[in-house]
Amino acid sequence: MMKTLVKRGMLLIATLLLVTILAFVAFSIIPGDPTSSILGVEATGEQVAALRAKLGLDLPIWQRYLQWLGGLLTGNLGESYNYAMPVGQLLATCVTHTLTLAGLAFALIVVISLPLGIVAARYEGGVVDRVLTILNQITMSVPNFVAGILLVYLFGLVLHLFQPGAIVTPQAGWGPYLWYMLFPALAVALPRSAMTVKMLRGSILREMGQDYIRTAYSKGNSKTSALWRHVLRNAMIPVVTFLAMTVADIMAGSIVVEQVFGIPGLGKMLVTSIGNRDYPVVQAIVVLIATVVVVCNFAADLLYRVMDPRLRGR
Amino acid sequence: MKQRNWYGRLGAALTVLMVGFAGVGMFWTPYEPTAMVGADKYAAPSLAHPFGCDQLGRDILSRTMEGAGSTLMIALSVLAIGFVAGLLIGALCGYYGGVVDALVMRLSDALAAFPSILLALVVLALIGPGKYNVIGALGVLFIPSFARLARGEFLQYRDRDFVRSARLMGVSNPRILFVHILPNTWPTLLSGLTIGFNNAVLSEASMSYLSIGVTAPDVSLGRMLNEAQSVWATAPWCMLCPALVVVLTILGVSMVGEGLRERMAA
Amino acid sequence: MMLQVEHLKITFPHATGHFEAVKDFSLTVEEGQVIGIVGESGSGKSMTAHAIMGLLERKHIQVSGSIRFQGVELLELTRSQLRAYQGKELSIIFQEPMTSLNPTMKIGVQVEEALRIHTKMNAKERKARALEAMALAGLPNGEALYHQYPHQLSGGMRQRVMIAAALVLRPRLLIADEPTTALDVTIQAQILDTLKEIKRKEGIAILFISHDLGVIRALCHHVVVMQQGEIVEAGPIEQVFHHPQQEYTQRLIASRPTRTKLKAGGSHG
Repeated sequence: MMKTLVKRGMLLIATLLLVTILAFVAFSIIPGDPTSSILGVEATGEQVAALRAKLGLDLPIWQRYLQWLGGLLTGNLGESYNYAMPVGQLLATCVTHTLTLAGLAFALIVVISLPLGIVAARYEGGVVDRVLTILNQITMSVPNFVAGILLVYLFGLVLHLFQPGAIVTPQAGWGPYLWYMLFPALAVALPRSAMTVKMLRGSILREMGQDYIRTAYSKGNSKTSALWRHVLRNAMIPVVTFLAMTVADIMAGSIVVEQVFGIPGLGKMLVTSIGNRDYPVVQAIVVLIATVVVVCNFAADLLYRVMDPRLRGR
Repeated sequence: MKQRNWYGRLGAALTVLMVGFAGVGMFWTPYEPTAMVGADKYAAPSLAHPFGCDQLGRDILSRTMEGAGSTLMIALSVLAIGFVAGLLIGALCGYYGGVVDALVMRLSDALAAFPSILLALVVLALIGPGKYNVIGALGVLFIPSFARLARGEFLQYRDRDFVRSARLMGVSNPRILFVHILPNTWPTLLSGLTIGFNNAVLSEASMSYLSIGVTAPDVSLGRMLNEAQSVWATAPWCMLCPALVVVLTILGVSMVGEGLRERMAA
Repeated sequence: MMLQVEHLKITFPHATGHFEAVKDFSLTVEEGQVIGIVGESGSGKSMTAHAIMGLLERKHIQVSGSIRFQGVELLELTRSQLRAYQGKELSIIFQEPMTSLNPTMKIGVQVEEALRIHTKMNAKERKARALEAMALAGLPNGEALYHQYPHQLSGGMRQRVMIAAALVLRPRLLIADEPTTALDVTIQAQILDTLKEIKRKEGIAILFISHDLGVIRALCHHVVVMQQGEIVEAGPIEQVFHHPQQEYTQRLIASRPTRTKLKAGGSHG
């Protein structure tokens, strides 16, 4: 187990390094100089040269990368071209918003899909199962920003359960803040929940047909106790991997849904910074999101090994 | 089993309907999509305008038809680029293996760490928005997933008896790849295509919704939803038609994919 | 009479109407008796075993006739009434030891499961009883195996774990559904020895199902020969083995592929 942990950990670090290289190189080879968007087109040559030196753009690319990477590791994400403030400071509240939204969405996916998937599988072929299957297929087909638009319209404009566009911060207390995040999180979670229900249902039904379930019945287990004691621990293994893969989609969904609800999170900052060619900010956001995804996948990989004794020690 | 056939068929019917809707929209619409009629500003749905008019008095149905057409065109172009390139790369990696294969796969692993919409946003940030840039960016970004799919399939067939005997008989490698192996992989690749199509529609709509994709004067479903959101307090019907078209298209194609997978499993 | 099966008939829906897997099956098992059921695959012998055990899906499969166990008509019991017998009075071991154990549960937990379901024993009592059952099933190092997982064990050991789990509550009847078919010949002989040992020590009745008359001969007093869902011949094992009345039985005797090797195994008892 220890050996695996070290090996996986090394792989994690290597992937993260590759991520930073990709993010850095992409923004270094682009046409268009950030100085022109800061100084305007009428800037003199000396002005541009001075700014390039100040921003460190005159150094060779590998040196700039190492400087930037060193900064990342020590928590210094660089300086925003546009806001003239440290990127870390600029992103602090955005990160809170987006991670809360993503975390809540993930929790909703788990809370919604696990019970539904189990019920659908337990009563396979029944009315509930059939209704769920149809609802699932439809929910899967609603892009999360469309779901967001519908939620804002229904719960915001028609039912007035919240005020669209109003911004709530964590300072307002966790209750109001989570309530504010609930509907956007729901928009992110819905399509993914549908997929998870389908996945879990299939996984449970597959396990229900295995020989060891017959053994469980022969010992006097009821269908329900066979499901809870025997099936779930096996059926959850592929679902954990699937849920880990959804983290990337949740982050992507959050970026888009933030726009629907007007939440000033990473997505909004990203879109704005792309428009402003504020590359230090864009780079930082890209690396941040990728890190969340990679670390979550790493955690899932470990969890997967803990859950499946056959993989332990490999 | 019978039930599933019904499922796939309904999906196919829905797909044909939506593609037809978009296809017609490329050539003909009830009204000029850009024609602004002052009297029809914020017109609610009526017989003349079944889905109403927007804040400039443009017919929503006509605009949706044109938007669906351009979304369809974009999605198909993206698939064409991503699928052909992905198939080639995946086939070669899977069939030959080796260092290049390992490298390509590591790279695609690293790319998988970025949510695809994030990558698309970044790429478009670099090359600027617009219809053709969207196609190019998404097309390239779709290559890894198709490459991965094709690689798995070709790897699986690489050491099968029929491939070995073909090799012994002196059949050339390209011929083995594309005449002997490829036909066996179609069911998997087709089902991958349905997923890819939906992802393409979804990505284009999301990007245009974020105003980073298709730009004016081009219409697209994502842009319409973006515009509709600014007037949804006064004219909520503006979002109905484009939203419906997005959802029904994805629904139809995913049901077709489901049917394909069921048939493979049978 | 401990178990009395009369005119058992098992039908399940098929692409072309209904298929009668078992047409007319009757059998009596007395306390402590060891009876074999032999037949080719598809003869309905496993189906019969599963019907006695109450493992057939009631929704799809129709079972008629009578299965009386200790005077109780099992076919008339509700599902939950039937569960009181499963694993307690009646136990079964299966053909596939590799897949019949839950891959994510520790051996100990799986051996004790029937205790957890049917008794109020505490963890310590359960473990003590589980180790006893494992020793009886030929696993003297139960303490070490207790915390291991199925994939760490060989096929023969897994089958012994299955036997221990089946015996943990001292059932009156053990149904062994081709328990040695999937194992190597040497392991097969060892498992048969263990079953004989169990029969001697516990006085438990065994219904032993196999396609191999030689294996049955090594263990059973009586044998029932099945063909296409019907009994074609029955009687004391030596009589059937040496003087088969039916051509089908003769074929079964003649076609045994492992005859010579099994003699070596059979000579132990």
